[in-house]
Amino acid sequence: MSATQEALLIALIKVVVLFNLLLGLFSVMTWVERRVLAFMQFRLGPNRTGPLGILQPVADGIKLFFKEEVVPQGAHKWLFMAAPGVAVVTAFMAMAVVPWGGTVTVFGREVALQLAELDVGVLFIFAVSSLSVYAIVMAGWAANNKFTLMGGLRSSAQMFSYELALGLSWVGLILLAGSFRITDIVADQAGGIWHWNFLRQLPAFLVYVVAGTAEANRTPFDLPEAETELVAGFHTEYSSMRFALLQMAEYVHMITISAIGANLFFGGWLAPVPFLPDSPLWFLLKLFGGLFFFIWLRGTLPRFRYDQLMDFGWKVLLPVAMLNIMATAAVVVLW
Amino acid sequence: MTLDAVLFYAFGAVALASAVVVVAQRNPMYSAFALIVTLGALSGVFGLLGSTFIAVLQVIVYAGAIMVLFLFVLMLLSVRAEDAAEAAGGRTLKTVALALGALLVAQVGAALARAARGADAIPAAFDASPRRVAAVLFSPQYAYAFEATSILILAALVGAIALAGRDHLTGKDA
Repeated sequence: MSATQEALLIALIKVVVLFNLLLGLFSVMTWVERRVLAFMQFRLGPNRTGPLGILQPVADGIKLFFKEEVVPQGAHKWLFMAAPGVAVVTAFMAMAVVPWGGTVTVFGREVALQLAELDVGVLFIFAVSSLSVYAIVMAGWAANNKFTLMGGLRSSAQMFSYELALGLSWVGLILLAGSFRITDIVADQAGGIWHWNFLRQLPAFLVYVVAGTAEANRTPFDLPEAETELVAGFHTEYSSMRFALLQMAEYVHMITISAIGANLFFGGWLAPVPFLPDSPLWFLLKLFGGLFFFIWLRGTLPRFRYDQLMDFGWKVLLPVAMLNIMATAAVVVLW
Repeated sequence: MTLDAVLFYAFGAVALASAVVVVAQRNPMYSAFALIVTLGALSGVFGLLGSTFIAVLQVIVYAGAIMVLFLFVLMLLSVRAEDAAEAAGGRTLKTVALALGALLVAQVGAALARAARGADAIPAAFDASPRRVAAVLFSPQYAYAFEATSILILAALVGAIALAGRDHLTGKDA
């Protein structure tokens, strides 16, 4: 086997493993979210299907699979059918450059726990996340329904207001690490928890948490679906597997935002104290922390009003992110 | 064929096909979505050339930022598909379009002919890393143009706000 073929084979294996891992994580997350949310609201949540209700995602999957698929009359059929696919593809694509750990040795071969090591990894994530809005716009517009259209409109406005802040929140870390490569930014945080970026770049971290939640369309930024005002927003008209795909995209987004946060702000797979070994398990722990935080937010905060959302994005987040960049740049140059 | 060649032709075909859809489609929303596909495919070609930085910038700036605005405006105004009579356009428009098309074909032909003679073949190790791009952009040669552009954009922004918010600023809409 030539070197190219070998590299291709390794990449292929990584793709299959990562894909299935994310699918598994997604289905477990749907159950975890409902259970945890229920406990926060003094309810029990789904607990009948299998032990503790763990088989609920399987039951849901089977149900959605066998449901009738309805394409509304007057919908733009092709775009309507394509939108969930676009949503899933863009959601999964960002995970391609997210490292899950350092390198491991498998069969005497060094394998990086990352699908693609790009020298512009951070920018790649930014690019892909800027594409993810199209799925929502497509779904909202193609269904030809005023509620979905409102969802799509809100979503695009929200995305370009918060994406800027999201991108700017990373600039400070890039300045500190002197690289767009995610592994370099993780390596830059070596030496224990007090070197991690969430402390060194506290304003950037806060901006990231807010903008990231908005990017994932999670409460309190779930205006694109806002079930109290827009029925179900952009996915009102979807049923069956296409609805499931949209759900999947939303959860994978949440996983991506948590994974990026874990890498950029919490030192990725690095141990919090120097005498413990670095391991992918740390990364998973941080990832789950991020996911729990999302559920916690949903159980705690009410939804923003549309004008509040815009005001906050442009008048608070953006200036904070800009000031942080200026301060960081000054420190990097003068130190 | 090598893997790179296969990918190149795949991206090229997608870019061309979607570019045709942009022009041929009567519904502006479809055109906008097709344009996004074109830009994405072009970004793939840049990536194949080894300039991941340029590829990513292409997606962020064009496919990401600019097209979202296009779609937002199209949805806000709820533009309808134009009918055939409108789409045909006037005689002047057709003449101008033909002339511009001919000019483009001539340009591409000339460039291809030059490349075939090997006059200015692209150097193999073309460096478009972020560091290199920044070094070129902020070199004395381009720094002035770069800063001038940013002032131009700022002026356009202020102008747009002043125009859109004229009544608001003077308190007329109160």
